[in-house]
Amino acid sequence: MAEKEKVVIKSGRREVSAPRKFNFTREMVNTSSDSPLASYRADAWSAFEKFGLPSTSEEAWRRTDLRKMPVDKFNLPADGAYNDLPPIPKDLLKPLVGGQHGGQITLLPGGSQVSLLPELAKKGVVFTDFRTAENEHPELLKKFAGTVIRAQDGKFAALAAALSQNGILLYVPKGVQVEEPLHSVLWGPGVDLAHISHLIIYVDVGASVTYVHEYASPDEADADSMHAGLVEIVVADGANLRFVELQSWGNHVWNFSHERVHVGKDANLNWVFGAVGSKLTKNFSDLDLIGVGAEGRMSGFYFTDGSQHLDHDTQQNHLVPNTFSDLLFKGALGGKSRSVWQGMIYVAPGAQKTDGYQANRNLLLSRDARADAIPGLEISADDVRCSHGATIGKIDSEPLFYLLSRGIPQDEAEQLMVEGFFDPIIQRIPFEGVRERFQQAIKEKLGRK
Amino acid sequence: MSGLTIKNLHVSIEGKEILKGVNLEIKKGEIHAIMGPNGTGKSTLAYAMMGHPSYEITEGEIIFEGQNIVEMATDERSRLGLFLAFQYPVAIPGVTVANFLRTALNARRRAKNPEDKGISILDFRKMLKEKMDLLQMDHAFAGRYLNEGFSGGEKKRAEILQMATLKPSIAFLDETDSGLDIDALRIVSEGVNALADENLGVVVITHYQRLLNHIKPNYVHIMFDGRIVESGGPELALRLEELGYDWVREKYKEVVAA
Repeated sequence: MAEKEKVVIKSGRREVSAPRKFNFTREMVNTSSDSPLASYRADAWSAFEKFGLPSTSEEAWRRTDLRKMPVDKFNLPADGAYNDLPPIPKDLLKPLVGGQHGGQITLLPGGSQVSLLPELAKKGVVFTDFRTAENEHPELLKKFAGTVIRAQDGKFAALAAALSQNGILLYVPKGVQVEEPLHSVLWGPGVDLAHISHLIIYVDVGASVTYVHEYASPDEADADSMHAGLVEIVVADGANLRFVELQSWGNHVWNFSHERVHVGKDANLNWVFGAVGSKLTKNFSDLDLIGVGAEGRMSGFYFTDGSQHLDHDTQQNHLVPNTFSDLLFKGALGGKSRSVWQGMIYVAPGAQKTDGYQANRNLLLSRDARADAIPGLEISADDVRCSHGATIGKIDSEPLFYLLSRGIPQDEAEQLMVEGFFDPIIQRIPFEGVRERFQQAIKEKLGRK
Repeated sequence: MSGLTIKNLHVSIEGKEILKGVNLEIKKGEIHAIMGPNGTGKSTLAYAMMGHPSYEITEGEIIFEGQNIVEMATDERSRLGLFLAFQYPVAIPGVTVANFLRTALNARRRAKNPEDKGISILDFRKMLKEKMDLLQMDHAFAGRYLNEGFSGGEKKRAEILQMATLKPSIAFLDETDSGLDIDALRIVSEGVNALADENLGVVVITHYQRLLNHIKPNYVHIMFDGRIVESGGPELALRLEELGYDWVREKYKEVVAA
């Protein structure tokens, strides 16, 4: 059964009636009785059908308008669709962290490729796609899917839960230290496609791992595709996760994701975001500090140009005493692009000795670019230390003159200042390869300006 | 050509004329001091030399290395060999002293030879350490963000460090003595003296005589109301030290009024 709603859009004096119906149907949901995710997907589909397309009358979507999104265009890629589409660039498969991968997964339209070092598999590490996991680790999938993010959280969360074709399950057993970083890429070429992904990461008690996941596709002119994704993460008591997400979708991709991490007692999360792509992004990233002594750090890098629109919605939830969070998002904006960052630090009643910090800094490189930074604090405990900051600036003329006066040409001087602006975030990233990727992105974006 | 020639230079800021016909000739190997009361146009002259966009040249010429540079872009003037040590150096957040200097140095090399691959990191570090030793600077200085959180003395030393690295042929030092204690003043002056050879002409802009006890000028000029009104040898500075600026005001206010 498909959705039946219709929304009437008023623009000026004309009334335009646009199709607001996705092409997805109940028949596309894999609920075969031998799948461990059958009931999870069925529930998610019901939720998907209940939700209308988010509109700007909802607070979370107030600054991100989907009225121009051609929702009826998108189709799920057929099995093996990747065979007729541009292949993944070799550069994307190179290790960004360390010299060698412990495992690598490539998620493609209608397919995937998986590799994992045998010694890691022997230790009980699971790093595989959903298709394999459904057969080989059904109990893990059943146990973890939907425990961190409920499909009922929103239209796109429900969509991803019901229809994810590209899924990854990472499980690191108790006490296992994975030295070699893991890497995965969701490569989404093609037009009129809906790439739908679901990552489940469970780092068990006392375990530790570094994991880099990328979303990427080529640019396509005058076209549209979409991605809807879920990222569910548990960092169990005493565990340690360094998680890097890089988003470089083509400029035709409508990108939606719901992400949440549960951080347990004395566990530690270092979460890095890099976003340079997509036509439009709406991302929800939530940090739930659920165990005493939990620590979470979120570092975001974004750089937009053209008419890109990036909207990051972050939550730092301090739910028990003695937890620590530190968020820094920095972005530069060129062209007519726009960014939104809306952040909230929530301190639950009784969550004493909370230490929470959030900051968002933006650099506007053109007169037509726009950034909105909306920090927020909601504190229900009395012995806490929380602070926030938000700034929107542009390249100042006096520092620029200073650099010019030393013989540095204008374009290089601007590049130096933009790199300088990003330096505090680059310094927070413990991986040389990721830092280089960001520096490369800065160069490319400035070259395009 | 052997230096810088300023001919009948008129400069306005937001339509208000500040320099009203400055004439000055500086040869390489010479040290000039420009003195004068506050607000007479000394800093304006320095900024106009570098082509600051707020300083509009309405009349006159600046001849440097055989060409009139009045229309030349700021970065090009620098690469041609002009330098300004700022009175108030601005902070460049996130850009280290080393990264900044290497970028500036490589821009010079590329201007000379577009194929240049830039100075090697090793050679650069060695060179920078030598220059920092000259100015008695801690080597850790190279890793700090340029002028961010620098003390007054550190800022001025950083300016001279840049001068030592970029090797200009004409350098303007704008109130380099302001905000310096006596030790810093001595170190900065020694740095300038070490650099001042037959390939460098220096213009020291200062309100006070004390800097000139450390950097000995060949020529001293007095600036008043947008013009150079007196020129002479070192004895002119001593006269200012003794008598202050009142006699200058007295002598030239009628000229100004007329």
